Amino acid sequence: MKLAALGDSAVIVTLGDTPDAATVAAGCALATALESKPLPGLIECAQANASVTVFYDPVRVPKRAGLSPFERVCRWIVDRAPAPGPVALPAGRAITLPVCYGGEFGLDLELVGAACGLTADEVIALHSGAEYFVSAIGFIPGFPYLRGLPERLHTPRRKTPRTRVPAGSVAIGGPQTGIYPFETPGGWNLIGCTPWRLFNAYSQTPSLLQVGDRVRFQPISPEEYGSSRSS
Amino acid sequence: MSRIHVLRPGLMTTVQDLGRPGWQRYGVTPGGAADPCALRLANLLTGNSETAAALEITAAGPILRFAEETLVAIAGAEFEASVQGIRVPAWRPVRLGAGAELTIGAARTGLRCYLAVGGGLAVPRVLGGRGTHLAAGFGGFDGRALRAGDVLKIGPPPAWAKRLILTLAGAGAFAAARWEVGAAVRPKYAEAPVIRVVRGPQWDAFSPETQKRFLGERFTVGARSDRMGLRLKAAGDALLGEPLREIVSEGVAAGTVQVPPDGQPIVLMAERQTVGGYPKLATVAGVDLPLLAQVRAGAAIAFAEITVAEAQELWLASDRFLATVKQGIALHAT
Repeated sequence: MKLAALGDSAVIVTLGDTPDAATVAAGCALATALESKPLPGLIECAQANASVTVFYDPVRVPKRAGLSPFERVCRWIVDRAPAPGPVALPAGRAITLPVCYGGEFGLDLELVGAACGLTADEVIALHSGAEYFVSAIGFIPGFPYLRGLPERLHTPRRKTPRTRVPAGSVAIGGPQTGIYPFETPGGWNLIGCTPWRLFNAYSQTPSLLQVGDRVRFQPISPEEYGSSRSS
Repeated sequence: MSRIHVLRPGLMTTVQDLGRPGWQRYGVTPGGAADPCALRLANLLTGNSETAAALEITAAGPILRFAEETLVAIAGAEFEASVQGIRVPAWRPVRLGAGAELTIGAARTGLRCYLAVGGGLAVPRVLGGRGTHLAAGFGGFDGRALRAGDVLKIGPPPAWAKRLILTLAGAGAFAAARWEVGAAVRPKYAEAPVIRVVRGPQWDAFSPETQKRFLGERFTVGARSDRMGLRLKAAGDALLGEPLREIVSEGVAAGTVQVPPDGQPIVLMAERQTVGGYPKLATVAGVDLPLLAQVRAGAAIAFAEITVAEAQELWLASDRFLATVKQGIALHAT
């Protein structure tokens, strides 16, 4: 566990080098432990990939002689952290998302295939044949970082990001796959599109997916995409 | 419920408050006012709690018609503001008569000002906040910047605002209090400020040359800067000789200085992303975020390093200062 100041009101706690299942599980366990008995001044603990970022209000952190609020928060994190050792990932749900691959739904499918030495159909088969787990929700509301992308599909991000990525786009960025919940600029390679809504600010669980969820993709036709979207 | 009619929206006018913490695990940025200090002071000057929703006005302001008598206050950057052609002063409570049209013109200095109304703007809370999340299109007024024809509702005015309206009663279209939040109390805005920073989590991954240049040179604020971030440009070569490898995406904060492969730093602002994969060179001290929110495209800013403990002492001192200002304002309507 490594602690580093992220300015004067946050600490990044790093739990490992890669967002593998064990590291993600340790991050979730730490965030839960910290929030279950919060230090006054704690604002939120946000797990993401291999770390947890602890946000706090330095004004409200209890004062202790000789310690800055940052040092006080660091001690509290170390004291409250669960003992190191294997932790289970939160019992995530198994979710299968429909995806219409290629064509106007995934403008970069052919490019990804060319970069990986695969046909478009092979890319679809590999991408929809794997099971992924959510290692973080972030960057923009509801965007899932999915681990478990077959190595043959690892594709570098685009050199020049697109100024406009359509909502629902399923994309590959390096060793990860992810889904853009709404229209935004983005640099990942677009291979398909899901008709499902990933983020709804007016719900108490605004993100469809949560860290630990296991995700599969089910190829659908443009017609199925259209009917699923309107229903 | 009293109303505000938007006759002209201004360049980018949004409803903002002090943000919606608690949802970053779902990728939702806390957001809120780019200059939280100005928003808090504007709210206090109308008897509101510091956290009430107000208008964030950018570069060129709106024309607003107030259906009923309302207590308002403007704080932040210096804008032209008038009613019936007569200048309306900032940093103090102002009673607007029923039907008054408040015209907020161009910024004279700085970039953003805040217009608070006694009672606060009555927009629904979404995920705990009333601020506008522009990129995701929710919160604030319809999840977007104001347009001509919009009608904003005002919440019930607090007792303090009602008392002050009586004190400022008169036949005119508006009346300003004779006291103000003095210049000594306001944030020390500057055209080309020196911004205090603490070392970022990946500071050591940058070369000594890059570290030295970051703290020694001035950086120009790019035109593509907005509520999400300020894009900076080094005067000479890009800040990095060799691009650093991307890191596993992790948390970022308002004020995080990240360096993408092109070597031109980006300072994340209020409507920042929640995680990022670029290495983080530094983080702006919380007390200097209001200064950063007021720099315009083309300005040349510099950075100076302080320790985390120093940044926190400054933050605690500014909070104590604000508490005394708050007491001072409260006394004025008793």
